[in-house]
Amino acid sequence: MFLKEYITEVYNGVSSLLKGMRKTGYYFVHPKEIITEQYPDNRAHLNLAERFKGEVIMPHDENNEHTCTGCTACELACPNGTIKVVTKFEVSPEGKKKKAIDALVYRLELCTMCNLCIVACPSDAIKMAPNFEHSVFDRTKLTKVLNHPGSKIKEGIE
Amino acid sequence: MYNQTEILKDTSELGAEGELVINMGPQHPATHGVLHLVVTLNGETIKKIEPHLGYIHRSIEKMCESLTYRQFIYVTSRMDYLSSHINNLGCALLVEKGMQIEVPDRAKVIRVILSELTRIASHELWLGAMAMDLGAFTPFFYAFREREMITEIMEDTCGARLTMNYIVPGGLMYDLHPDFQKKVKAFVKQFKAKVTEYEDLVTNNIIFQSRTKGVGILSAEDAISFGCTGPVARASGVSCDIRKIYPYEVYDKVSFNEILDTAGDSFARYMVRVKEMNESIHIIEQLIDNIPDGDFVGKTKNVLKLPKGEFYTRVETARGEFGVFVVSEGGTTPHRIKFRSPGFSNLSALNHMAVGSKIGDLMATMGTLDLVIPDIDR
Repeated sequence: MFLKEYITEVYNGVSSLLKGMRKTGYYFVHPKEIITEQYPDNRAHLNLAERFKGEVIMPHDENNEHTCTGCTACELACPNGTIKVVTKFEVSPEGKKKKAIDALVYRLELCTMCNLCIVACPSDAIKMAPNFEHSVFDRTKLTKVLNHPGSKIKEGIE
Repeated sequence: MYNQTEILKDTSELGAEGELVINMGPQHPATHGVLHLVVTLNGETIKKIEPHLGYIHRSIEKMCESLTYRQFIYVTSRMDYLSSHINNLGCALLVEKGMQIEVPDRAKVIRVILSELTRIASHELWLGAMAMDLGAFTPFFYAFREREMITEIMEDTCGARLTMNYIVPGGLMYDLHPDFQKKVKAFVKQFKAKVTEYEDLVTNNIIFQSRTKGVGILSAEDAISFGCTGPVARASGVSCDIRKIYPYEVYDKVSFNEILDTAGDSFARYMVRVKEMNESIHIIEQLIDNIPDGDFVGKTKNVLKLPKGEFYTRVETARGEFGVFVVSEGGTTPHRIKFRSPGFSNLSALNHMAVGSKIGDLMATMGTLDLVIPDIDR
């Protein structure tokens, strides 16, 4: 009785191991079904999703104009204090005072990519960009000013 | 320099005669995070296990008190990061329940599909990591192959692979990606074809079976008294699926089975999770062709204010019951918030399950508990 149990156990053990090894052998002779990609080598054909949340950017058009009105909705929506909007008053040629942004300071090191600022923005001035390689040697470089130097607000955006 | 008799004297001072205290963790490959177990041994037999928590405590509950009802949802992704979508859903359900916000049908169906995808992804990762704890390295790659398809679907639609934050009170943050249905169908097809590989590689493997069968037995009474939920309790025969008992969203309109087992050992917990993945696939198949048209987010006020009172909602995450309890004073932020996380209660049963077994079996017991340490510490 004991011998019979022992032999069935050995048989089951060997057969289950062979079954597993057959699967491994199948992939050994079918290397095309293996999906591993080597990251730094595949940069050229890296297909990142268009919605991938990597960092907040402010798109500018060819005239160096953005659509940010400086309403601070993003600053209020942010849970971590990542965004700071510095505003100034622009004086138009007619002598009218108008609020505009001086700098939209974005601190990447605090950002959790929760997307709440993008949802809160009423004029679609900021959006998420699929850039994920953020490593720098100095952490002060992670504090960015999103509006380009010399940029101004697009005509007709209130 | 110590001589041998001095060393023996030192160790015997730590406990009673013949006892040995070893520290497992906080940096241990099998604890999947910074869990510190103080294990008292008699030879190789476990006499006592004392989990030491707090290595990754971030005071999330206190942090949530300073965040508004829109902002506090994203923090819960950082608790049980493998089922972050379901955590977010629980918090959004609480705000919707408290403020009586109508959620469009489209948003409800999409939330359920994504929840089930999250559950499969979590169980896949658990399957690979648990097999790796027991010394089988290959299943890790097979499990991650299918999980990768889910993370790609999440990346397309939600914009992130792990901490999605796709849910807002009242619906979803933005609409589905146009390729969503096509990709989910491709995933379902591949998953059904490849799930037999897990049977060949892991379930029928004689080494895996002899290491898990009869190890870490938890009876139904103990599962209830320790407050275990999820697959851990269901493997002991306790019916506790929140999706069945208190259906939320559209779970009352889809047909699925609650997987139960009575053995209560590590192998039963393994089988419950593998069968649950098939049930999740069944739910997705029912819903994927029937996503209703319409808005993806309901009408909400700009500033959310919960009325004065106490609110509690619960959802079924991949690990068990996740509960959110909020005391509101009527302001824009919660007065007090408490999360009931499944991992904490499941960990409390570990001492009871492992006492008397060998230290090698502790890996199997702990692996099938499916512990996520940030979920325990918060």
